Amino acid sequence: MTTITTTAASPRRRAASFLHRHAGVRLSLLLSAPLAWLGLAYLGALAALLVTAFWSTDVFTGDVVKVFTWANFTDLVTGEVYRTVALRSIGVAAAVTLIDLVVAFPMAFAMAKLASPRAQRWLVIAVLTPLWASYLVKAYAWRVMLSSDGVLGWGYGLTATVVTLSYLWLPYMILPIYAGLERLPNSLLDAAGDLGARGWRTFRTVVWPLTFPAAVAGSIFTFSLSLGDYITVKIVGGKTQLIGNVVYDNIGAANNLPFAAAVATVPVVIMLVYLAAVRRTGALENL
Amino acid sequence: MFQVMPDQAVSLRGLRKSFGPVEAVAGIDLDVADGEFFAMLGPSGSGKTTVLRMIAGFESPTAGTVELGGRDVTRLAPFERDVNTVFQDYALFPHMSVLDNVEYGLRVKKVPRAERRERALAALRSVRLEGFEKRRPAQLSGGQRQRVALARALVNRPRVLLLDEPLGALDLKLREEMQVELKAIQREVGITFLFVTHDQEEALTMSDRIAVFNQGGIEQVGTPAEVYERPATAFVAAFVGTSNLISGDAARAVLGREGTFSVRPEKLRVVLGEEPPGPDEHEAAGVIREVVYAGPATRFVVDLDAGGRLIALQQNLQASSMDVTGLRGARVRLVWNRRHEFPIDAPAEPVAAG
Repeated sequence: MTTITTTAASPRRRAASFLHRHAGVRLSLLLSAPLAWLGLAYLGALAALLVTAFWSTDVFTGDVVKVFTWANFTDLVTGEVYRTVALRSIGVAAAVTLIDLVVAFPMAFAMAKLASPRAQRWLVIAVLTPLWASYLVKAYAWRVMLSSDGVLGWGYGLTATVVTLSYLWLPYMILPIYAGLERLPNSLLDAAGDLGARGWRTFRTVVWPLTFPAAVAGSIFTFSLSLGDYITVKIVGGKTQLIGNVVYDNIGAANNLPFAAAVATVPVVIMLVYLAAVRRTGALENL
Repeated sequence: MFQVMPDQAVSLRGLRKSFGPVEAVAGIDLDVADGEFFAMLGPSGSGKTTVLRMIAGFESPTAGTVELGGRDVTRLAPFERDVNTVFQDYALFPHMSVLDNVEYGLRVKKVPRAERRERALAALRSVRLEGFEKRRPAQLSGGQRQRVALARALVNRPRVLLLDEPLGALDLKLREEMQVELKAIQREVGITFLFVTHDQEEALTMSDRIAVFNQGGIEQVGTPAEVYERPATAFVAAFVGTSNLISGDAARAVLGREGTFSVRPEKLRVVLGEEPPGPDEHEAAGVIREVVYAGPATRFVVDLDAGGRLIALQQNLQASSMDVTGLRGARVRLVWNRRHEFPIDAPAEPVAAG
C-alpha cells in the first residue's frame, strides 16, 4: 500500500498527474476517436452524398461523370412525378406520426401514471420487444395479415403502408412520451383535479402542454423513419411509390447514382426544416 | 351529552385505508369544526397524509366515511368536493403565469372573466404577492411559491383548506414568518384550515386543536395546551415536547403512587440549597449528569437517586454559560408543583385506535 506514495517517479503516475493538470489534453484524448468517427464516417458520407448529387451519368456507358451540374435538381423540381412522390411521402410520414401519437399517448400514460411499478417494468419490456425482432419479419407478418385471405384482408396499397409503418415505429413514439410523463409530477394532476378540472381539461391544460416537447421528440423519430423507408412500401405498398423507392430504383434498375443522391437529399432537407421548426418547443432536449 | 355540536366542517367515521397488507390508516373518527385551524401531527408513516388525501379525494378509503359540512363525499372525485389543497411541493403549473395559476380553479368553474381577474388579484393581495402576476413559478422563491399555492387554493373559497406539510420545504426563518402569516390569513378568511405536519412546534404555534397520529391511529385530540400539558399517552408525551416520565420505583419513592407520570421540563425547578418544598410540591433528589447551555435557557439532565432520569429546563435569567456548566456533577433537588404531574396510560403498546 505504501508503495503508491513512494513511487512518485513511475511513468504511469506521471502521465496520470500530467493529464490531471491538463484538462484540455485529457478531453481531446477522450474525444478524438468518437469525433473522428463522427467526422469521417458520418458527416463524410453525407458530404459524399451531396457531392455526388451534382454529378451525372454517361447515357451510353452508364459511368458516373464527375462534372458539376444542376441537372439532377432541375429534373427533380420540374418533374411532376417527383413532386407527387415527395408530397405523398410527407403525407405518409405525417399520417404515421399522427396515428402513433394517438395510440402512444394513452399507452404511455397508462404506463407512467396508472400501472404499478412492477407492471410498469413489464410494459416497458413489452413495448421494447418488437424492436428486437427483425424489421423484415415484422413487415412480412403484416403482409400476411393484410393479404386478401389474411386476418385483416385489407389488401396492399397506401393504407397498408401507413398502418404497417405506424406499427413499426410505435415504440419510438411511446418511449419519449413515457419518459416525459414520468417527469411530470403526479401532484400536478392531483392539483388540477383538486381545482375542479375533470380528465379532459386536465389533459388539455396541464398534461399536454407539459408533455408536448416529448411528443415532438417522438414525432422526429416516426416522421424521419417513415420518410426514409422503402422496404415496407415494397412489401405491403402494392404499386405505391415513396421517396425511398425512387432512390432505390435509381441506384439499382436505373443505375443513376447521382440522381439517387439528389433524390436522397429531399428527406434530409425536409427533416432539417422540421427540426428547425420544432427547435423552439424544447423537443430537442427530450430526445 | 346535550351540548349543541357546532357545525362540523369535516367528519371522519371509522376511516380505514390499506395498501395491500399495510394498514396506513387503522379506522379513525375525527370531527373538525367550522372555522378551526386544525393540525394532524405525527411522525412520517403515521397515516396523517393518507387521511388528508382521503379528505381531498385523491385516495378512496378501504372502509368508513368522509363528510364535508354534513354531506357524505366518500365516493366523490376530487373535483366534486368543496375542498382545496396546498400541496407539499406546491404543485404549481410550471407553464402558466402566477395569475393563470391562481385563476385556474375559477376558469374551470366558468366564473366570468372580469370577476375572475378581480378575485385572483384579491387573493394575491391577501398573500402579499402584488406585482408578481406575470412571473412563472420558476422565477419565484420557495416562500413566494408557497404563497401562490395558498392563493390558488383560497381564491376558490373552499369549505375546507387542506395543507400538506405547508412549510416543510422552507428554511427556518421563513417558516417562522409563514407560521404567523398563515395564522393571520386564516383568521382573515375564516375558512377551516386542516393541515398535516410532523413538526410539533409548528402544530403547537398555529393550531386551535391538534390530533396526534401514531401508527395509523389517533392518540389524542385537544388544544395545544391540552396536548402539551396533559399528554394522554406515553407516545404523545414523547412526540410533543420532551418526554419526562416518572415510573415504577421512582414513582413509588418520589410520588408515593403507582403508575407512569409526565412532568414537562420547564415545570421543574433546580434547587441547590436547603429550600424546603411547599405543601403542594413534590421533590426528587439527584445528581446533574449533563448541562446543556442553549442561549435563553439551560437544560439540566438529572439522574434521580430513586432511579430514572429527568430533564429540567431553566430560563437563564441571571446565569451565564460559565455559571451553569460548572454545575455538572453537583447534587440537586428537583421541585415541582403537583398539578403539573399527570398520569399517563401505561407505557404504551402503540394503540391502534378503533
